[in-house]
Amino acid sequence: MLEIKNLTKVFAKDTVNEHTALDNLSLSLDKGEFVTIVGSNGAGKSTLFNAVCGTFFADSGRITLDGEDITYMPEHKRSKMIGRVFQDPMKGTSPNLTIEENIALAYSRAKHGPLGFALNRRDMALFREALSDFDMGLENRMKTKVGLLSGGQRQVVTLLMCTIVPPKLLLLDEHTAALDPATSGKIMDITNNIVNKNALTTLMITHNINSALKTGTRTIMMDSGRIILDISGDERGKMSLNELLELYSQRSNKVFDNDRMLLGDN
Amino acid sequence: MVLVLGSLELGIIYGLLALGIFITFRILNIPDLTCEGSFTLGLAVSAALSCSGHPYIGIIAGIIGGMAAGGITGFLQTRCKIHPILAGILVMSGLYPINLLILGGSPNLALIDSQTIFKDAAAAMPFLGDDGTKIAVSLIITVIAAAVLAMFFKTHTGLAVRATGDNEDMVRASSINADKMKVLALAAGNGVIALCGAVITQYQNYADINSGAGTLVLGLASVIIGEVIIFRRDLTLSLAAAVIGSIVYRFIIALAMKLPFFDSSYLKLVSAVIVAIALSIPAIKDRAALMKVKREGEKNA
Repeated sequence: MLEIKNLTKVFAKDTVNEHTALDNLSLSLDKGEFVTIVGSNGAGKSTLFNAVCGTFFADSGRITLDGEDITYMPEHKRSKMIGRVFQDPMKGTSPNLTIEENIALAYSRAKHGPLGFALNRRDMALFREALSDFDMGLENRMKTKVGLLSGGQRQVVTLLMCTIVPPKLLLLDEHTAALDPATSGKIMDITNNIVNKNALTTLMITHNINSALKTGTRTIMMDSGRIILDISGDERGKMSLNELLELYSQRSNKVFDNDRMLLGDN
Repeated sequence: MVLVLGSLELGIIYGLLALGIFITFRILNIPDLTCEGSFTLGLAVSAALSCSGHPYIGIIAGIIGGMAAGGITGFLQTRCKIHPILAGILVMSGLYPINLLILGGSPNLALIDSQTIFKDAAAAMPFLGDDGTKIAVSLIITVIAAAVLAMFFKTHTGLAVRATGDNEDMVRASSINADKMKVLALAAGNGVIALCGAVITQYQNYADINSGAGTLVLGLASVIIGEVIIFRRDLTLSLAAAVIGSIVYRFIIALAMKLPFFDSSYLKLVSAVIVAIALSIPAIKDRAALMKVKREGEKNA
């Protein structure tokens, strides 16, 4: 499904601040795989996502999605196939538009006719039903401006916007990190629910190693722009938190420096 | 009575300007100076074509001219990455000689003997009277423009335009070409503004090359007054509010002109002060809140 070959990205090349964010990275995802990504700060996790989304073009390497070469495809074109939820709840929604207008905007990906009315009765019923699945009471606030919602509620709206037209690839960039633990757990449940229902190919960055091992079907660990560990199946099922941290130290010759990782409780 | 009717007529026509400014300033979040040039462009095109006997084509051509001007500003902003305000200024000053050329090289043009939409309407509906026709014609044009815009902003494209001003990153991530949306919004806004110029010149039977000066501030003042009167909730109401704001603004100006010491040249100063005060209200509120926190803090110190 997603095929990344020898991807390299260097920031501030030929200056004192030169930084290799992605170092000849290769990764291959099968259809329907749910991969969690862990790694310390600056490991290149978000850079990988940005490269896949087209926020910038990589210096070298190839990215193919569903057989199509998207390495140099403009961001707005590839976002037709890729849904992305950010850590910052502000980023994924338009605050001055209502809940249903935001979802309609995302839904317009599936529809033709740019001058058709964005909201009709049938779509509105569809959005309402989709939101009611999440059990957050949002289906009764369809005419509320998204700017008035809490961070968790906004992330739910963003998740629905990214998946109402099932994308070929779903990218979750620490999308629960800015939320309190209870809400964060709830959003993770909703995420699992959506991913399973649509059998979405998903990449999720998480700061929480426990959650990384429990969620999805495969876990990769990144360091200095490279993948240093890639586990799935039985090996992953038996892996404990401490074993994973041990492996990290062995392979990267450093101790995990991300406090948030160890403190996560869900 | 003359004062009331005159203000109402001008207020309705300048409501078009307020609609255009609302699109660029409130929806797109850009104070777009193109309007000073596109307003005059609409006015010049409409006056020149009325002079040669085509007032209706004049209005249509005026709109198209304004949309083209807005489109160029959009192109400069998005493709050439020129600062939005500078892009507007470039188009505005570039339009000056073009407008002069359209007016036939002279800085003004009288339409006393030319056919205009207002004279046509007066001839067709004599029972309405002079002011009656003027109000009817301007009301019809402004209401149609507002209705078309209100409908446009409910379409897929319209929604995308609104979201672009609100959260550009999200729009790009939703597979929408944000640059295209900006160009579209600038074209739409300047099209309505040029329509305003096109109608106003036929209304006053006169075109002047300097009519565009100060239109941005004037439009902003109308938009802001409208927002005070109708607290904006949804977009259709906001569009109506901009037109109502324009009418109220005209009444305020007409009343001010009654004062013995008030000269018409003060108008721009008054508009500028209204806009400056209205736009600084959030900062004043923040400051007041901070002062309050400080006072409370000292009590417990």
